Amino acid sequence: MSKNKSEYLINRHDNQYEVVIGLEVHAQVTSESKLFSTSATKFGAEPNTQVSLVDAAFPGMLPVINEYCVKQAIKTGIGLKAKINKRSVFDRKNYFYADLPQGYQISQFKDPIVGEGKVILDMPDGQKEVGIERLHLEQDAGKSIHDLDPKNTFVDLNRSGVALMEIVSKPDLRSPDEVNAYIKKLRSIMRYLGTCDGNMQEGSLRADVNVSVRKKGSKEFGTRCEIKNVNSIKFMQMAIEYEANRQVDLIEDGQIIDQETRLFDTKKNETRSMRSKEDAHDYRYFPDPDLLPLEVSDDFIEKLKSEIPELPDEKKKRFIEKFKLSPYDANILVSDIETSNYFENVIKKSDVKLAVNWIIGELFAALNEKNLEITESPISAGNLSKLINLIKDGTISGKIAKTVFEQMMEGDKDPKKIVEEKGLKQESDPKALEALIDKVIDDNRDKAIEYKSGKVKLFGFFVGQVMKVSGGKANPQLVNEILKKKL
Amino acid sequence: MSDITKQSLSELVENIKSKKLSSSEATKAFVERSEKSKELNAYITEDYANALNKAKTFDEKPNLDLKLPGIPMAVKDLFCTKDLRTTAGSKILNNFVPTYESTVTQNIWNEGAILMGKLNCDEFAMGSSNETSFYGNVQNPIDKNLVPGGSSGGSSSAVAAQLTPITIGTDTGGSIRQPASFTGTVGLKPTYGSCSRYGVVAFASSLDQAGPMAQNVKDCALLQEVISTYDEKDSTSIDFKRNEYSKELTKDIKGKKIGIPKEYRVDGMPKEIEDLWKKGIEYAKDCGAEIIDISLPHTNYALPTYYIVAPAEASSNLARYDGVKYGFRAEGENLIDMYEKTRSEGFGAEVQRRIMIGTYVLSSGYYDAYYLKAQKVRKLIKNDFDDAYKKVDAILTPSTPSSAFKIGEKTNDPVSMYLNDIFTVPVNLAGLPGISIPAGHDAKGYPLGLQIIGKAFDEQNILNIAYAMEEKINFKNNINDWWIK
Repeated sequence: MSKNKSEYLINRHDNQYEVVIGLEVHAQVTSESKLFSTSATKFGAEPNTQVSLVDAAFPGMLPVINEYCVKQAIKTGIGLKAKINKRSVFDRKNYFYADLPQGYQISQFKDPIVGEGKVILDMPDGQKEVGIERLHLEQDAGKSIHDLDPKNTFVDLNRSGVALMEIVSKPDLRSPDEVNAYIKKLRSIMRYLGTCDGNMQEGSLRADVNVSVRKKGSKEFGTRCEIKNVNSIKFMQMAIEYEANRQVDLIEDGQIIDQETRLFDTKKNETRSMRSKEDAHDYRYFPDPDLLPLEVSDDFIEKLKSEIPELPDEKKKRFIEKFKLSPYDANILVSDIETSNYFENVIKKSDVKLAVNWIIGELFAALNEKNLEITESPISAGNLSKLINLIKDGTISGKIAKTVFEQMMEGDKDPKKIVEEKGLKQESDPKALEALIDKVIDDNRDKAIEYKSGKVKLFGFFVGQVMKVSGGKANPQLVNEILKKKL
Repeated sequence: MSDITKQSLSELVENIKSKKLSSSEATKAFVERSEKSKELNAYITEDYANALNKAKTFDEKPNLDLKLPGIPMAVKDLFCTKDLRTTAGSKILNNFVPTYESTVTQNIWNEGAILMGKLNCDEFAMGSSNETSFYGNVQNPIDKNLVPGGSSGGSSSAVAAQLTPITIGTDTGGSIRQPASFTGTVGLKPTYGSCSRYGVVAFASSLDQAGPMAQNVKDCALLQEVISTYDEKDSTSIDFKRNEYSKELTKDIKGKKIGIPKEYRVDGMPKEIEDLWKKGIEYAKDCGAEIIDISLPHTNYALPTYYIVAPAEASSNLARYDGVKYGFRAEGENLIDMYEKTRSEGFGAEVQRRIMIGTYVLSSGYYDAYYLKAQKVRKLIKNDFDDAYKKVDAILTPSTPSSAFKIGEKTNDPVSMYLNDIFTVPVNLAGLPGISIPAGHDAKGYPLGLQIIGKAFDEQNILNIAYAMEEKINFKNNINDWWIK
């Protein structure tokens, strides 16, 4: 049996297999222009409208490094607690394809801009550190479109030359859940830094997934297969499950696993061989003679360090220490910079505990239902703060607040106005409440007698009746107090 | 004004500035002579009508403050010229018309010069005789069926035959200096990073450098002054203080220390070359220079190093010519088939040979043994020069191991062809400036050149030495216009 609940093992006959996963994440650098040209990078533009002579590899055209992209890569490296290499080299990765105009991709091979770092994952059974092997800058290729014409392939070069960061993890991941946590954490860090928008639908974040299996307890790695270009966390998890099981089946069957590149077929939910190791490309890497080695000074790096905002791990620590949040709640609130900003805006003028509950509970559920991001929330942080204050000062009950909240979701209305307009203010006048309660006791004589003779459970019935008669507006605390006296 | 085409650039500039000559008259004279000289096959693309129009426009409102006021000129067809076909001597770019201008040519037009056409060259500048051009052989005006050198063979032929007063070439392993030597003209390969490579069709990026070709040192200096600018569009362009080379030109080289590298006495070097070198040493002494024997111990390895580094870079640089985006395309059954047919038909034999060499030396398993080792040797070669320049100001060598050879003589012997670059290649590997000046004739009456190699960014110094020696040598080219009927 496994030691902890979250351990992911594949059982076959009497054997238990552990899955070893390493990811090469391709993250598009947030930048107005491309890595080596001044073309725009906006998503969804008409095909071939964001292409310069450099991107289309016209004769005599030369790459010029975009300093902003270099800064973004270094910032990301700092966010990954990684070593920043003051000298890095751009290499050419040579291969032919219709959407690769130069016939080579400019990348970094031997000397990447960022070296070893780490990412901390918060798993249900504790924290896990995942090592980062390296981060390097490279150009994206264009896009081949095969389904517009039966005979021809169309090429869109808008993406050609767009800056990517390839972030290579060490083979430290052990389950699809860890992969999920890793991608989300990486995405969160980059979004905090503003270095990658992490938009997987638009292809801003995708990964090559390296999977191998080994018998539990083994120190040796198994033969790995690389699943290319998976563009959603769900697909990554599905691909890993399929691939790990495929490899286990092969081993159990006494067969050998070929080191190969595979594709994940999202429709059939299976991985398929793309090319074997023998057919692997010889990319003929060599330093790009059009570009000098990239050298950055200590001052340059220090200046970027000073621009780094508070990152999720630090923010979480602060939330726990300063606001006494549970680690679980803190995790949720810091996972996305927009959420943590929202939270901090709400608590500027209202109770922390209520804010946590309303954001994680009501607001997330409501946004989820409408398929909205926190940035698109119909309820502004300011108005949620007001709502919480109305609860806190007893103007409305928690139950009424839910009604108000629902109305606020229809448009960013001031909760005070809603309460006034709809007359939802809580009834806290003891005299008015006494009258109400007298009537309820009067109407339920028989139950009152039962209560007095020891059926204390009926207390809840009376509270409910009072609330019902008051239209939910009665102050529950006062109702409790008065009822106790009267009964 | 008679014999306009016999005038040097400096004379033409002076005559235009003093209004003794109009740009139209000058342009018309060079166009007419070019038209009469079709047999030389120096041009790939002529643009005479436009040139005459531009000259007319210039004359209507002449700006005489420019450095090249209304001067007509043709340029090597490796420079991209806006709206004028640029082929790089290759079939694969036969239909390619750039929408942009190279920085070097733009600098020239900015100083008032007028483009007459594009000059023949070896395909993608790969060759030493202009015989690899898709557009045919170029004749050396010195003698019929004699190669003009290469790869800037159209350029050297055109300058020697006075079809253009000056021109620009490119030099990756000797492609300016060797053809200059073969045609009795002057050619300067500037320091790497001196002239922008933006808009120049790439052969080997770490070696390619544009440079001026002219009939004399002064013209060469003036053109270098125009083309050498720092350019942000070329990441290897270097921002250093550039002289006004022609203004600062001086024949006073008294006390300059000139090194004579013993390793350049190669086996089997013809006596004529040895004698020329000795004569050169005497001329230098006559000018007041001090001669110092030096050693460049890794010279022997320069040629093999070059023929690893240059093809490696070329194999990658030429990958973009794939029939997908521009240029020649041969239809195929599928993408791979289209690639293969396009590149088999679009590239000539020498280019294909170098792509294969380059692909081989970069392949996994061979990279360390060839490419990486070559890079290390390249560093040693550069160190040789650095050491030498602790003792001397410049180095004097022959430009080539022989005079011009006959068309077809070395076509089937690539190694013998490659040996032509033996004295010029180390200069490119070390990124240094080198100039070839005509210094004498061999027994057949063919010109021979001497090369002066300088320190990085020290173009002024080698121009000065060349200028001083030029006067002592007093070279006269024997050109009898044999091709004009």
